[in-house]
Amino acid sequence: MTHYIVRRLLFAVPTLIAISFILFALLDLAPNDPTGQLPLTIPAEAREQIRESLGLGQPFHIRYARWMEQFFVNEPLNLIEQAFGIEIGDSESRLRVRSWATRSPVVDLIIERLPQTLWVVGLSYLIGILIAVPIGIVSAYRQYSWFDQLGTFVSMIGFSVPTFFTGLLAIIVFSVALQWLPSIYDTTHRVTDLASFWLQIKQMAMPVMVLALFNAAQISRFMRAAVLDNLTQDYVRTARAKGLRERVVLFIHVLRNSLIPVVTLIALGIPTVFGGAIITEKIFRVNGIGELLITAIQGADIPLVQTLSFLFAVLIVLFNLIADVLYGVLDPRIRYG
Amino acid sequence: MTAAEEDRQVEPVAGPASRQPVLSVRDLRTRFRTPDGAVHAVNGIGFDLHEGELLGVVGESGSGKSVTMLSLLKLLPMPPAEIVSGQALLDGEDLLALDPARLRHVRGAKVGFIFQDPMASLNPVLSVGYQLTEPLRTHLGLSRRAARRRAAALLEGVGIPAADSRLGDFPHQFSGGMRQRVMIAMALACDPKVLIADEPTTALDATIQAQILDLLQRLRRERGMAIVWITHDLGVVAGLADRVMVMYGGQAVERADVRSLYARPQHPYTRSLLRALPKIEGGSRGERLASIPGQPPTLVRAPDACPFAPRCAHAFARCHAENPALAAVTESHEVACWYDAEAGVPRAA
Ligand SMILES: Nc1ncnc2c1ncn2[C@@H]1O[C@H](COP(=O)(O)OP(=O)(O)OP(=O)(O)O)[C@@H](O)[C@H]1O
Ligand SMILES: [Mg+2]
Repeated sequence: MTHYIVRRLLFAVPTLIAISFILFALLDLAPNDPTGQLPLTIPAEAREQIRESLGLGQPFHIRYARWMEQFFVNEPLNLIEQAFGIEIGDSESRLRVRSWATRSPVVDLIIERLPQTLWVVGLSYLIGILIAVPIGIVSAYRQYSWFDQLGTFVSMIGFSVPTFFTGLLAIIVFSVALQWLPSIYDTTHRVTDLASFWLQIKQMAMPVMVLALFNAAQISRFMRAAVLDNLTQDYVRTARAKGLRERVVLFIHVLRNSLIPVVTLIALGIPTVFGGAIITEKIFRVNGIGELLITAIQGADIPLVQTLSFLFAVLIVLFNLIADVLYGVLDPRIRYG
Repeated sequence: MTAAEEDRQVEPVAGPASRQPVLSVRDLRTRFRTPDGAVHAVNGIGFDLHEGELLGVVGESGSGKSVTMLSLLKLLPMPPAEIVSGQALLDGEDLLALDPARLRHVRGAKVGFIFQDPMASLNPVLSVGYQLTEPLRTHLGLSRRAARRRAAALLEGVGIPAADSRLGDFPHQFSGGMRQRVMIAMALACDPKVLIADEPTTALDATIQAQILDLLQRLRRERGMAIVWITHDLGVVAGLADRVMVMYGGQAVERADVRSLYARPQHPYTRSLLRALPKIEGGSRGERLASIPGQPPTLVRAPDACPFAPRCAHAFARCHAENPALAAVTESHEVACWYDAEAGVPRAA
């Protein structure tokens, strides 16, 4: 197993380097001008100077190499220094990947935005799973019952109606009409006591539930299919023929098998949690990663887009590996040589 | 129920007269409700099974052998399956009338089941030891440790070497024959009175098949349990069974002592089955019984005529109009046929 993981990690290195190159090249080809957003009164020479200062005068391969150095060496060193409060070498002169728009280091921006995204999107993913798994099991076990029909109907709505619609609908109902929940997520809000904690829950409720509905819709269908698939297997008949209780048949024999593909699916979906939910974050003004990314794209903030996309690629590769390993852990038939 | 159907409820020929049957099945009818209409899979099956007896059940694919036996313990998916009528007395209890909780105490404890495909019939993600200890812990209330010890002994008993060290293994780590041994150990875990073996050797190759047959014969002698053995293979039945029930279209067309059946087969269907049997010893034994011309019955209607009539060389007007009931030919031989194949004339009414 360790062997397998190490080998997969080694294979991931060239993959990720290739991805970083493609990302860099694509974004370089895209029409971009870091001075494009500046007032028109700024003369052309000044603009040129700004471009020079950003290192844009250099040829492509130099710029790529510099980005590699900044991203793979300087930023990790910086993170280590911050984490342990130590100083490695000359940290002052070390160049960091900086946003064109704000001039602040990209990594700092991401770290600043990550908690909001993890809370809102991560919690919605978790709640989605917790809702979806039992619903999927019951729907399959009582296939075509009213519960199953209702579940099918709600999940169909869940993943065919886009979140910008359910989000706005929720705002109209709960914020505008009923005035129960705030429509804007206040990132500066700090939880200090019970009252502020309650407010935090209220402001998270809508974005979390809108996203949870969407996640639950997908996962519950998948869970249902997996359980249905297993319920008709011969080993279920054997379990019943042994005189086991239905509860045991379902929760030990069937569930143990059905969870294998579902756990894999859930693991594969985790990178999207870090990626944030652009639309939901926009609607509820949660300034998380999704918000950061879309602002960066709109402002042609290439270093920020580049870094976010690449981190996303790293997570996808990583969670693919985790999903594969989990599969092997859960299914004894899989052996990694 | 029509008069003709009622006629079919002839008491089975008693085995050795004094003994009470362990399992006594009467007028079992099972059908499936499918989108294309009902499938009448079992139409009034009845049989007695005595202590220590091995009843062979033969018939071509789709004749309702599995559905009959699965109905007894309600192991069919319901819906679509539906047990329309019948009685299955085990220890004076009607299995078909038991509530789910009571039925669970019969499954695995008094009646053991072995299925055809040992790979599909074992749970792929649970260890063999765990699956073996389940019935022991459920029915006998053994502790985890005691159950494991017993499980190891059971595996030993079905001829799995180094049983103790194999309890933690998963089904895929066993060969086909070994898996079927595990299934047998599991079915016998609680010392059932009745073992139902649904084509237990069909998925195995010939040498393994012979080993499994030997094993079951030995266990049967040791434990004195009654066995229902479902198979396509009349050759296997000849060497194994005490009595045979031949099924066609969801009903029993002939029921007899094994010697009598082979010496004086009565039903035209049984006769053609025996003719289709390879003559030379060592020929392909597991061959399916497919060499009878014509199509198996569709089972879309409850039979109001002899189901075999369309394929029968001797069929005459009555065969297409009335369904014959089982009737005794000799003390230990019954047949459901309007034609007396031995005499070559229709039976007297
Ligand atoms: N779930 C089901 N739905 C509908 N029809 C079914 C179902 N299960 C079995 N049947 C039908 O019941 C009839 C009897 O099937 P059964 O499995 O008992 O045959 P069998 O004699 O055991 O055959 P084989 O030798 O192939 O195992 C068949 O016609 C089959 O199509
Ligand atoms: Mg069958």
